[in-house]
Amino acid sequence: MMPSSYLWFIPLLPFAGFLINGTLGRKLPRAAVTAVALLCTAIPAALVAWLWSTMMAAGAPESIEIISRPWIAITGFHVDFAFTVDHLTLIMLGVVTGVGFLIHLYSAGYMAHEEGYWRFFAYLNLFMFFMSVLVLASSFLLLFVGWEGVGLASYLLIGFYFKKDSAANAGKKAFIVNRIGDFGFLLAMFLIVVHFGSLDFGHVFNAITVNPDWHGGVLTAIALLLVVGAAGKSAQIPLYVWLPDAMEGPTPVSALIHAATMVTAGIYMVARCHTLFDRSPYALGVVAIIGAATAIFAAGIGMVQHDIKRVLAYSTVSQLGYMFLACGVGAYTAGIFHLLTHAFFKALLFLAAGSVIHALSGEQDMRKMGGLWKKIPVTFWTMTMGVVAIAGIPPWAGFFSKDEILFRAFTSDNPLGKLLWAVGLITAGMTSFYMFRLWFKTFFGESRVEEAGHDAHHDDAHATHGVHESPWIMLLPLVVLAILSVIGGWVGVPAALGGHNEIEHFLAPVFETGATAEAATSVASHGLELTLAAVSVLTAALGFFVAFLFYFKKPGTASALAQRAPGLYRIVENKFYIDELYNVVLVTPLLMFTRLILAGVIDGGVVNGFGALSGATTRGLSGLTRRMQSGNIRSYAGWLAVGAAAVLIVMIFGRALWIH
Amino acid sequence: MTIDHSILTIITFVPLAGALLLAILPDKGKTMQWGALAITLLTFVCTLHLPAHYDYSAAAGSYQFDTDHSWISSPAIHYHLGVDGLSMWLIVLTGFLAPLGVLISWRAIDSRKKLFYILFLLQQVAMLGIFVSLDLFLYYAFWELSLVPMTLLIATFGRTENRRRAAIKYFLYAFIPSAILLVAILWLYVKTGTFDLPTLAGFAAANSISPNSAALWLASLAFLAAFAVKVPIFPLHGWLSDAISEAPTAAVMVLAGKLGLYSILRFSFGIFPQQSHRIAPLMIALGAIGIVYGALIALVQKDLKRLAAYGTLGHVSVVVLGIFTFTIAGLDGGIYQTLNEGIGGGALFMLLGLLYERYGTYDMREFGGLAAKLPWIVTLFVITTLSVVGLPILNGFVGEFLVFSGAMQASFAHHVMWTALATTGVILTAAYMLMMIQRVFYGSLGLKSSAVTAPDLDAREHLALWPVVAVMLAMGVASPYWMRAIDEAGTRIAQQHESIESTAPPAEATTSNVHAAEGGPR
Repeated sequence: MMPSSYLWFIPLLPFAGFLINGTLGRKLPRAAVTAVALLCTAIPAALVAWLWSTMMAAGAPESIEIISRPWIAITGFHVDFAFTVDHLTLIMLGVVTGVGFLIHLYSAGYMAHEEGYWRFFAYLNLFMFFMSVLVLASSFLLLFVGWEGVGLASYLLIGFYFKKDSAANAGKKAFIVNRIGDFGFLLAMFLIVVHFGSLDFGHVFNAITVNPDWHGGVLTAIALLLVVGAAGKSAQIPLYVWLPDAMEGPTPVSALIHAATMVTAGIYMVARCHTLFDRSPYALGVVAIIGAATAIFAAGIGMVQHDIKRVLAYSTVSQLGYMFLACGVGAYTAGIFHLLTHAFFKALLFLAAGSVIHALSGEQDMRKMGGLWKKIPVTFWTMTMGVVAIAGIPPWAGFFSKDEILFRAFTSDNPLGKLLWAVGLITAGMTSFYMFRLWFKTFFGESRVEEAGHDAHHDDAHATHGVHESPWIMLLPLVVLAILSVIGGWVGVPAALGGHNEIEHFLAPVFETGATAEAATSVASHGLELTLAAVSVLTAALGFFVAFLFYFKKPGTASALAQRAPGLYRIVENKFYIDELYNVVLVTPLLMFTRLILAGVIDGGVVNGFGALSGATTRGLSGLTRRMQSGNIRSYAGWLAVGAAAVLIVMIFGRALWIH
Repeated sequence: MTIDHSILTIITFVPLAGALLLAILPDKGKTMQWGALAITLLTFVCTLHLPAHYDYSAAAGSYQFDTDHSWISSPAIHYHLGVDGLSMWLIVLTGFLAPLGVLISWRAIDSRKKLFYILFLLQQVAMLGIFVSLDLFLYYAFWELSLVPMTLLIATFGRTENRRRAAIKYFLYAFIPSAILLVAILWLYVKTGTFDLPTLAGFAAANSISPNSAALWLASLAFLAAFAVKVPIFPLHGWLSDAISEAPTAAVMVLAGKLGLYSILRFSFGIFPQQSHRIAPLMIALGAIGIVYGALIALVQKDLKRLAAYGTLGHVSVVVLGIFTFTIAGLDGGIYQTLNEGIGGGALFMLLGLLYERYGTYDMREFGGLAAKLPWIVTLFVITTLSVVGLPILNGFVGEFLVFSGAMQASFAHHVMWTALATTGVILTAAYMLMMIQRVFYGSLGLKSSAVTAPDLDAREHLALWPVVAVMLAMGVASPYWMRAIDEAGTRIAQQHESIESTAPPAEATTSNVHAAEGGPR
């Protein structure tokens, strides 16, 4: 049995890596930077594996808790540095450290020629630190530490190419939009403090469990505010807008942070708080509707994007919608299951896309790809595994988890259950379509690759290489993830298909209430489950077929269709103009109001303008002195007296008004 | 008599002695800088005696390191100094920031150095005096003293033609309410025959200062108004952006926040607990509005220093919101945030000063793309920003979280609404801070940043900034070390007000009609 204090090293080693590379990295040789960064993620991954084996041993406790010193301690309220590992955390830790390590490995190849190599790895390690804290935290506040910290790492990494305005803008946007979510998260925590007196998970959830009569009311308020936070971090409507822009970051970052781990934090948080959400059907309903709406909306946009990373970004938003939907219908296990498989195949897809981009010396536009499958075979074959997995074709990983979600939605108590299922099903078809569209456009057909030297990139050292396969250090992670994308779903094969659904049993101690209900339904309806599975496989096949038709068989079909409804096409291609809408409705009016009313009238006029106004008057009246200061002394004095009197009046008489 | 009873005198008057020393030393070479650095470092070391020997087991509400001598027998003015959990860390903070202020002025102030450092040290005397005085008259003397060096610093060392105007504005804004404050102090003396704060607080608790509630109410407003201008509390911040925009970095670092906020906590709450309680809903509202107002105006500024000035307004408003909730979390967080404001704001102004030294402008539009040229400055800038926007594991978060969660626990009307409004500050603060970073450091090179080749931090500047960063991190992860003393003070104030709420005629929670009938003076 491992002494549990070793747990501290899971987050602290990456932090040490961040400190070393962050302070000394500039002067260290690249090999040393790489060694530090890789060691500081490999050891935690090994520790997690070890932890996993001890917790899976017979008779092992269902959760381990370690508490260190207090972080904040005042009379009547305190928060400790404390970690808890249960089976849910274990899965998350596995994803974070496992996929995290693979992506570190890949990055060593992908970023090899970049300026600021050390900076990249420092930030990446910083991310690993905060992400581990997030999943290990045993209180809302410590979770929030990780939550904000991964946001910071994301900000730094999106803006990695800070000389590019678009990258700097995207980083800023990500941080601010996430802050809108944090606003909700913070308010939720304040309410929790008021009503529970503690932010400790155990304390809060126990209080809810022992009071079975608590329903709705303030619990709904807390849950909904948490959803605001989750929607920010997990890029759900209406706060998803930052994620597509986040693709400005280097591709390994997109894979690690904006696909596999950070963006799933919202789903993790909702699942972690399932005790709370279970008491508020209203909040759960909101989660389900947001999830389904986001899934189909983002899939729609993803169908017409040309940038390979943007397609994957909208795909991520859409898949996160599925996970939200799962949580919203109370199928937390299914949500986490999809989180797991998605981490494999989406990380794979991004890394493979990165390999494609690498091969084409930075080209991301699919209209300038095509016919690549022979030239970069390893990338092609591994990416194919990912495409098939996300499209939902058995027995690849995505099929099992997505199907579980659809089945749970169909059989849920939610009055909209059938509708949610239908939306999910249509989204599945769309997913299959846009992924195979990507696949065909990238790897098949005529090569539309522009010759190097054609544009401004000709001074790029890469460009002279022509199309080339990536080095082994990048391909190895692809292969591992491709294998996981095939077999990763086998831990959740439902009984209806002759499996044992291990993941459900594994997570049962965490989601006790949900698991029993699920067990009840799944025995009763094997037939239904099989039917639904068949329907979704058919839908996926349909998606494939349409993509095949449009982009392989008759390549002109899509654009012909687009020309039939140019208005609609343009709207979708421009992402429904949501960014523009936010700007026009929110940002611009707020800034206008601030400039004109707050800064202009109130601050310039009322608060600051006493002097200027009366200064002019004084000058006009006396003409005694042209010097500013003497005129101003009097005017300031006078206006101050007036101001003080006004404040006094407000304080005395306003009070009576105030109380009402 | 041990050193414990004279340490406060030593702390307060070492800078004064130092100022005299500088006055007689010749202003040659770097004499002034080294002299001021030595004096401020000595003072800082002395202030560290306080936390090292602070007695946490002492009775709540007692003052430590106290010394009480009769100074003038009639009127009864005492030389009464003492420290409790409220003031201790503020004194240490004042000691901590001063050497950094000297280091950051090293090159920036190159003429009339003697005058500058003497004024700087006198300003420190005044601030330390304010924090240690327990006699109202003595306190007032320091309070007025704090005005003079600052006004002269702005008027003499301001960076543009507007410096005199800004200085006069600052002076009048602060002086007129202070004059009214003096009237109120004298009125208190007439009523009670004492300037002694603990005695007055005792009278206040027993409701025996004056039976005339209207007069008491006016006196409390005189106190509050004087402090509110100094903080400044919205909408009394008219002097702030001009003064900050003009004043040299070392002066800006101590310009806003702690003096006024401390005075409210110590004197307004101590002598006028009932009145403070009654006016709390208004102050909570002003705090919440100030947070959003300051952040929004910061968002549309082009001038880095004015941006930081309005940011400062937002940050001190957080403290105002917190302390007037009269909850333990709000008070503790508010006091903690007062320290944070000094540290985070100080670091920010130091960094802006460094940029000005290099590029000769505070106009954001002339910057851009500096990150690649000044890697250390950008690193420190980002860390400071994170502290200011309240990123967990840095100091700002602890204070801000406690303040807002305290506001949510408050028992005043509409507190949920004001908490929600105030919490939008976390979005807006991030918005203007990140916008500033982007404009200055990211993107392509700007006008000034391409025209001027400037070096990154030198050793002296590293020395001025890294201690601040270390404190930010330490206060972010090990807050109980500081909070222990603060919590004692915060809890005492909260409990006092809890008893007001339960004994005083109708608390805020009861119907408003009763309130209007019973409430404050007409």
